[in-house]
Amino acid sequence: MDIDWGWIGEHTDTLSANAVTHLRLALLPVLFGLLISLPLGLACRRWGRLYAPVLTVSNILYAIPSIALFMVFIQYTGLEPATVMIPLTLYSLSVLVPNVVDGLGSVSEPVRQAATAMGFGTLRRLVRVELPIAVPIVIAGVRVAAVSSISLVAIGQLIGQGGLGYDIIRGYQLQFPTQIVAASVLIVALALITDALLVLVQRLLTPWARGRAA
Amino acid sequence: MITFEGVTKRYPDGTVALDDVTLECPTGRITVFVGTSGGGKTTALRTINRMVDPTGGRVLIDGGDVRDRRPAELRRGIGYVIQHAGLFPHRTIEDNIATVPYLLGRRKKDARAAARELMERVGLEPGMAKRYPYQLSGGQQQRVGVARALAADPPVMLMDEPFSAVDPVVRAELQDELLRLQAELRKTIVFVTHDIDEAIRLGDRIAVFRTGGKLVQVAAPEELLADPADDFVAGFIGQNRGIRSLSFAGTSKLRLRDDVVRPVTSSDTEGLDWVLVVDEKRRPLGWARGADVDGSLADAALAPVGPTFRPGTDSVRVALDAAVLSASGLAVGVDGDGSVVGVAGGTDLLEGPR
Ligand SMILES: Nc1ncnc2c1ncn2[C@@H]1O[C@H](COP(=O)(O)OP(=O)(O)OP(=O)(O)O)[C@@H](O)[C@H]1O
Ligand SMILES: [Mg+2]
Repeated sequence: MDIDWGWIGEHTDTLSANAVTHLRLALLPVLFGLLISLPLGLACRRWGRLYAPVLTVSNILYAIPSIALFMVFIQYTGLEPATVMIPLTLYSLSVLVPNVVDGLGSVSEPVRQAATAMGFGTLRRLVRVELPIAVPIVIAGVRVAAVSSISLVAIGQLIGQGGLGYDIIRGYQLQFPTQIVAASVLIVALALITDALLVLVQRLLTPWARGRAA
Repeated sequence: MITFEGVTKRYPDGTVALDDVTLECPTGRITVFVGTSGGGKTTALRTINRMVDPTGGRVLIDGGDVRDRRPAELRRGIGYVIQHAGLFPHRTIEDNIATVPYLLGRRKKDARAAARELMERVGLEPGMAKRYPYQLSGGQQQRVGVARALAADPPVMLMDEPFSAVDPVVRAELQDELLRLQAELRKTIVFVTHDIDEAIRLGDRIAVFRTGGKLVQVAAPEELLADPADDFVAGFIGQNRGIRSLSFAGTSKLRLRDDVVRPVTSSDTEGLDWVLVVDEKRRPLGWARGADVDGSLADAALAPVGPTFRPGTDSVRVALDAAVLSASGLAVGVDGDGSVVGVAGGTDLLEGPR
């Protein structure tokens, strides 16, 4: 298999434009997923009986093939980015919700009681003590969700949503391996870079977690 | 003063954690709660800062019912120290200590400066200010816990088995530190422990709880040792309460002997089993057996002096310990410079207290 380096050189513009689209389609759902998981995780901690059903539902959602979910949402949201992003958001819940719950659970009882005894109200305790302590575990979940979303979103091209998935399908149609390989390598690179950035963010945000099993 | 007026706590499952407890914890003193596990000590402590609300009776601080205060605001005026310190892992040592001042809206710079001062007071190096809790030993963490409780200078401190997770040597250090701080600060402290020795060491008053949340006896430590209210209390105090009570007997009236003390230049051991050899400043060098001395004491074989005691400062228990460990059976009393004041035997020591 020959790689046509010249083609790559000529197409850096479209490739990088597609990479940007790709990242947006992949990472916005993780952000939305996080925004949903925080209150949902809190509710699961508060009312323990909620957790098992929430977890089951999010796992079932995760098991549904993305293509099937596209077909469902296409009826409501049409050939729009939302049709790709909604399923990815739902997928991210199956790692993010448990990690939010575990993160909050990593706050030890003495710490919780000390906070109460020093005069933190419930909300202030949550924001100043419990959520900050949950950050390393939540970010660990975000890393998994982000990497899998970057890889999954390539399939969004099936409903014409662009990104590097476009180059893979186009390369296949044209029997042009260079385009497929270039897009695939870029996807892996984006995933690795995103992961590395998240590790960096976690380090900066939680210097205190280094001595622990981070 | 903290006052418990007929305080009862019955949990919804029927457990009675406190049963009609009436008790006073005097201002500026350390009141220690001891008793069986599950006896209601922690529950009693927590009724003071409203982490538990009683189902009957009232808890008053300086005459005011705690239930008239909003919990969060009440708690900011009450220091709280627990077993595993409960430090915030995500905050530096200085920010942990400044927690309550921050809650009270103090400026960050002032709160941190105050935190650093407190660190010195509780025996922590200022260099630790920027560290995180995981970088400290258990004993150091506990000191931070104490500093954090003191940060807003609350008149009342609640301490729930604060020193029970550290080893005995560190525990003794922390106890000394607390007594030293208390001599300066005169807080109203309520201190929970399982350890009767700790209770006796720290307590101005000791309250003994037994299963079912019943308060059995409240007394000063010496009174508790001398006159336990019932078999439960006597059993709880343990076997050797006679010996323990000697901790409260002073040595100021003790008659010390001087006849066995000899300078190292002397050779006179006439008629003595043991002589205590001292240098020119009367500092003890060791014990020489009279019968073995042949010539100058400078050449005599010496048994070690062992522990000494400070007459007037140390208790009879310390002196007795020194006597038991001494080769001659005599306890060596020394002054602040380490010079020998005199010696005392076991029977001399026990004469006073009896
Ligand atoms: N939330 C609760 N619900 C029901 N029972 C409780 C609750 N909290 C405490 N208890 C019970 O109340 C009793 C007193 O508990 P407490 O924690 O005050 O004991 P303690 O003297 O501090 O014991 P320990 O020395 O083991 O710490 C125990 O029997 C305990 O099981
Ligand atoms: Mg307890």
